[in-house]
Amino acid sequence: MMKVKSLFLMLCVLLFGSVSAMAKTQLTVYTAVEAEDLKKYAATFNEDHPDIEINWVRDSTGIVTAKLLAEKDNPQADIVWGLAATSLMLLKEEGMLEAYSPKGIGDLDPKFRDSANPATWTGMDAWVAAVCFNTVEGEKSGLPMPSSWQDLTDPVYKGHINMPNPNSSGTGFLDVSSWLQLFGEDGGWAYMDALHANINNYTHSGSKPCKQAAAGEVAIGISFAFRGAKSKADGAPIEIIVPSEGVGWDMEATAIIKGTKNLEAAKTLADWSISLKANQMYNDAYAVVGIPGIAKPVEHFPENLVDSMIDNDFAFAASNRSRILEEWQNRYDSKSEPQ
Amino acid sequence: MKKSKDDYLTVFFIGIAATYILVSLALPMYAILSKSIENKDGLFIGLENYKYYFSNPSLFYSIYNSLYVSIISTIISVSLSFMFAFALTRSCMVAKPFFRSIAMIPILLPSLLAGIALIYLFGNQGIFKELLMGKSIYGPIGIVIAEVFYTFPHALLIIITALSIADARLYEAATVLRAGPIKTFFTVTIPSAKYGLMSACFVVFTLVITDFGIPKVVGGQYNVLAIDVYKQVIGQQNFEMGAVVSVVLLIPAMLAFVVDRIVQKKQVSILTARSVVYQPKKNKVLDTIMLVYCIIISICILTVVGMCLYASLIKFWPYNLSLSLKNYQFDLMDGGGWDSYYNSIKMASFAALFGTLIVFTTAYFVEKARSFKPARIMMHLLSMMPMAIPGMVLGLAYIFFFNNPNNPFNFIYGTMAILVISTITHFYTVSHLTALTALKQIDNEFESVASSLKQPFYKMFFSVTVPISLPAIFEIGIYFFVNAMTTVSAVVFIYGPKTTLASVAVLNMDDAGDIAPAAAMGMLIFFTNAAVRIAYVVFTKNILSRFQNWRFKTA
Repeated sequence: MMKVKSLFLMLCVLLFGSVSAMAKTQLTVYTAVEAEDLKKYAATFNEDHPDIEINWVRDSTGIVTAKLLAEKDNPQADIVWGLAATSLMLLKEEGMLEAYSPKGIGDLDPKFRDSANPATWTGMDAWVAAVCFNTVEGEKSGLPMPSSWQDLTDPVYKGHINMPNPNSSGTGFLDVSSWLQLFGEDGGWAYMDALHANINNYTHSGSKPCKQAAAGEVAIGISFAFRGAKSKADGAPIEIIVPSEGVGWDMEATAIIKGTKNLEAAKTLADWSISLKANQMYNDAYAVVGIPGIAKPVEHFPENLVDSMIDNDFAFAASNRSRILEEWQNRYDSKSEPQ
Repeated sequence: MKKSKDDYLTVFFIGIAATYILVSLALPMYAILSKSIENKDGLFIGLENYKYYFSNPSLFYSIYNSLYVSIISTIISVSLSFMFAFALTRSCMVAKPFFRSIAMIPILLPSLLAGIALIYLFGNQGIFKELLMGKSIYGPIGIVIAEVFYTFPHALLIIITALSIADARLYEAATVLRAGPIKTFFTVTIPSAKYGLMSACFVVFTLVITDFGIPKVVGGQYNVLAIDVYKQVIGQQNFEMGAVVSVVLLIPAMLAFVVDRIVQKKQVSILTARSVVYQPKKNKVLDTIMLVYCIIISICILTVVGMCLYASLIKFWPYNLSLSLKNYQFDLMDGGGWDSYYNSIKMASFAALFGTLIVFTTAYFVEKARSFKPARIMMHLLSMMPMAIPGMVLGLAYIFFFNNPNNPFNFIYGTMAILVISTITHFYTVSHLTALTALKQIDNEFESVASSLKQPFYKMFFSVTVPISLPAIFEIGIYFFVNAMTTVSAVVFIYGPKTTLASVAVLNMDDAGDIAPAAAMGMLIFFTNAAVRIAYVVFTKNILSRFQNWRFKTA
């Protein structure tokens, strides 16, 4: 009997053993940064701070936001590095963010920080909407190259467009909120009604429509510029179109979660996340970053993208988020009637 | 009567088992039910959430859609597998073991992989796109095809059992009464397999209505209940509404389960001591038809798997068809990289080890203990419950229950342990039944003899019961392992930063549009499961058979 008991104890130790402490400070970092960049981000950070180990929790924007809200009473994350600013504003309203102005916050473009003092969040880079157009499939189906959002409502594109569902995707939400700002409340919904008629599928993630366009699964994917540039670099036959009315955008941003047990390490990361080195790292893939005037052009990124970015009203987007999402869901999400 | 040491130990172990089921099943389910009648601030609001839910017409479509695809898939899956089972049990076709193995392949794959294969086969760049005649694979068509693939072996196993217990005397009677083969089929074969068929229908129906992976991948805009739970929780961050949809999803699954249990009870009386085992006779026409049928089904199954393997090795579908291992560089993708795969292996091993330990000992006390009857019956009933609970509902319940800071078990949230517990609980029922079947074969007299010889029951347990039941014990272990590798629904809400899993990685990579790497990870899961299965067969042949020699008469 003793043998059985000790065997059981041993197994328990094995099972729970992974929780045991290690020498480095372990920082749980929630993020929506593209998966392929995470290793680079952590490695570059560790060049300056080898004593802090980052444990990523990566998912798409909606999911990370949902996770954070779900864990509100018992937060699992120490810090968020790379989540939509509109999501962080929502968390701020819920009182979940630690107020801390990282060192060097003065260097940031005022748009790229929480206006409160001390700030609860700081921006990293802008992530900008764009349309991926597969030229091979476009030619096959005889589709002209669109140049504006309005073009996409042309019946010729019926069944050829995918876009992200704003309920799960941050990119989807920034599209919807930008249309409401560009075309007004009524005009925005009227535009989406017309666009809905052409939509083949609403995807859960913001990068999927562009990846699907790159693979020819659909001709047109409403996505974001960064994803399009990456797919183009992989050899996909796509053009990245910046619609002429202007494009929505959101910031990837950083915030410390209130109640973290690793506040010092979290502050270190928050400081580093707005440093010049970090901004240069963001610039590898993003054409617009938090510190003004330092960004170099990015390969395959559409030129003059900055000029097309709308004057985004983040307060509007954040405070109307749940209303917009509910309205969107009622209009488009479940229209699929049985055939 | 004085209580013996045995009695105390029995109480102790039943107590442990009861606590386990309470913590892993009953309390989380209570948490989700109470969440569905609360508002965001945790205040009781009665049925307000339900009122809101049912006043939303779009959600009504989901119920209709769920029932629609579930019923159609059930009819097709059960018909196809019935014919396959018929070929395996009632014909003299060649290569039966081979076809049986092929038919079992879908069990070794995550259900999502069937959906991914369909996209490569029938999607806009699909090889056989023309076969759909302009219809889109995204939607009910894709869901039904993939669900049939996924549920086929589950239905097949049940129907094979039902068909193998046929009574040859009935067929003799039919021949004597000059019934033709078709009349015999409808008056003897079908009625005697009736309960098996019904059981297969309920199992397939429950699998389909609670499945979330396939509609996620090929559902397109076709909403079903399981997807609604996911969207409410993940997309809308509306946990209360997620709980409401979960409860709605529980109802059909529970109903199917209850009816199935009633049907199962009736099944017992079919086989009597006087039955004669039916032996199929050679029949050239029938055997050839059956062979052709089995070849066609096998080709379909192999095409799905082969397509995924091929797609996972292609550099950039469909524009660059050169071969590469690029899609296996999981560290550059969503889903947690190669770590997810290692985590899955670890999780599946723990689930196999602890699952078998818990299930078998609990089943032992349920079946063999000589006292505490009410407690044992209660334990048995609770053990049957998990079958009726969709994995996602269980997972969501675990968030509510274990992530509560006041819960003493809160520390397991986000660890490997919660995934192992969720998986064991999700797959508890079938393992429990396997263990019970094995234990029922051992005469209860053994316990009486041991007791009269003043031997403690655990001595009896380790030196008689366990060795005799070794095949069942290994069968349970493998069942847990394979399912832990493939399950998405039971873990999708509760995996943590250090516990990402391969099956969830398939989902997340597909979600991000990295469909080829998703296929690659799915294939990795398949190869692992296949290797474990094959290793088990070899192991049984060489080693386990020595323990089991007593089962066979020596010449």
